[in-house]
Amino acid sequence: MMENLIWGYVYPNESEIQWSILIVLYPYITGLVAGAFIASSLYHVFGKKEIKPVARFALLTALSFLLVAMMPLLVHLGRPERAIEIMFTPHLTSAMSGFGYIFSFYLIIVVLEIWLSFREDIVKKALSSHGWKELLYSSLALFSFDISEKTLHDDEKFAKKLAIIGIPSAAFLHGYVGFIFGGIKANPWWSTPLMPIIFLMSAIVSGIALLILLYIVAMKIRKHAIDHKCLHSLAHYLWIFLILDVTLELLEIISMKYESLEEIDIINRLLSEKIAFTFYGVQLTLGIFIPFILLLLVSIMKNRETLKMIMISVSCVFVVIGVFAMRWNVVIGGQEISKSLSGTLTYVPVFFSQEGVLPAIIIFIIPFVILRVVTSILPPWKDMDEENPEHN
Amino acid sequence: MDISRREFTKIGCKVIIGAAAGTVIVESIITNSIAAENSPAQGGYDWEKHFWGYVVDTRKCIGCGRCANACKLENKVPFDEEVYRTWIERYRVKKSSFETREEEVVIDSPDGGIEGFVDDIPAEEIKKAFFVPKICNHCDNAPCVQVCPVGATYTTKDGVVLVDYEYCIGCRYCIQGCPYGARYFNAEKGTADKCTWCYHRITKGLLPACVQACPTGARKFGDLKDHNSEVKKIMDVERINLLKPDLGTKPKVFYVGLDREVR
Repeated sequence: MMENLIWGYVYPNESEIQWSILIVLYPYITGLVAGAFIASSLYHVFGKKEIKPVARFALLTALSFLLVAMMPLLVHLGRPERAIEIMFTPHLTSAMSGFGYIFSFYLIIVVLEIWLSFREDIVKKALSSHGWKELLYSSLALFSFDISEKTLHDDEKFAKKLAIIGIPSAAFLHGYVGFIFGGIKANPWWSTPLMPIIFLMSAIVSGIALLILLYIVAMKIRKHAIDHKCLHSLAHYLWIFLILDVTLELLEIISMKYESLEEIDIINRLLSEKIAFTFYGVQLTLGIFIPFILLLLVSIMKNRETLKMIMISVSCVFVVIGVFAMRWNVVIGGQEISKSLSGTLTYVPVFFSQEGVLPAIIIFIIPFVILRVVTSILPPWKDMDEENPEHN
Repeated sequence: MDISRREFTKIGCKVIIGAAAGTVIVESIITNSIAAENSPAQGGYDWEKHFWGYVVDTRKCIGCGRCANACKLENKVPFDEEVYRTWIERYRVKKSSFETREEEVVIDSPDGGIEGFVDDIPAEEIKKAFFVPKICNHCDNAPCVQVCPVGATYTTKDGVVLVDYEYCIGCRYCIQGCPYGARYFNAEKGTADKCTWCYHRITKGLLPACVQACPTGARKFGDLKDHNSEVKKIMDVERINLLKPDLGTKPKVFYVGLDREVR
């Protein structure tokens, strides 16, 4: 069995793949967070009014995923009880040591941003409800019930400032995840200065795609008309970021192949045998080229809103699958080549184990549950309800 | 200055919480820095006076595997798991066909070479063959030390890269960061693990187990600060090579007679 999984010569200690599907999930989830946040800041910072219907929902999505972002890491650690040491005694030469601080800082920004953009609603609910609900919303309002014009205006100004800090933080949160891989000189498949920016672009792409999907699903559940202007605007941004993403991803491969350094033979073997399907098939074709063409068609087609919506949905499903494949190809692909540059390994996912597929699935379901709970406490659809009071 | 009772309580609470938190933080920093200053070795050993180095003469290695075996015994590395602090690689360059000019190199290290090697390629097909012992390079510029997020892996003052098993969180970033595959995950401890150059032995004036066990003198260990040490003498006269020197890790395992095929 082992013989078939290993080709050529791998260092004896390499026979076990160290970073499993959970470590694929970690950059995937953080990417969704960063992407959703950046989508919301299109409205909050850049004043893109057409995004407004999903701006608050995007923040809640970012929060829901952010809350589970570190779970795959914790489950993966050999000594999870010592994880807190990364906060108390971070070793600053390690790209990983910033995790605790960057994560916490970002969490604070997202929570504050959410609080400010929901404060008016929270206060109104607190004042109009009774019993435990009153207590819940009063404490969410931090027992401050001032919603005069002036304070709301101040809130908005502060929220904008926060979002301005939030963009570089989101970029940093995910760019740094890319650097965790990109800074490893031992691994020729990881070691590239492009890695942080590739991670960031694919993060934005996956975040916007997920947001579009969740928005469509939420509107279907609420039996509410979809704001096509908003949808098309999001799809447009998705398309632009797809172009940036694919440019960088191809640039990396092309320069690797063109420069043909010592490791090129093993890289070629990785691309043509180990991850050929997930790289060329899923990551590039399904995840980028097909959505690229579909979204291009959407932008030039007139009317036929239902068809366009279906095309956008299909693109988004492909994009989120494609970005998962991208994370897979980086994390698993990088470990399927031996650092001896003379052999390859095969990662065989296990289903039931601490680092198996089952915990990964469970961890990936949790953010959707959190999102469901959070949106019921803080309904993000206020603007819509005001425009269509019959739905209240 | 007028201070209401409410404000006074508030300030008081802040001071108390601040003082309590501050002490804990300062204390933990001090304990950690003290830990970093003290040598992990016992007795009268002074780690300022040594700087260890390792020489491998690949021309002398016969692939008997006694070193890898001795290492597992000495350091209680599980025999039934594929984890090694040191191992031996065998390189066999096959005769190239006249047309293709392509040389096929067959590399293997069955069970780290502990049980020795089997001749599974007919001798007449082989052009040249040699063994290369491998071990942690205890790099001067160690990537594993660089990437450890909590500082659980560190370089001692006498130049040995060690893992603090009481501190390692088991993230395995160091295993990814090591270009030589010298690290492994210790499932029992839940931490990273690696060669220590038998730190418990060398600080008592003994040789690492692998060097002690080598019957041909292919493995040499000694003090680079001592100009009369065997390793220093070899390095002064022989042509020395390093593994993956282009990565800038500055290994302290020095190879004599290293072939270009070896990575």
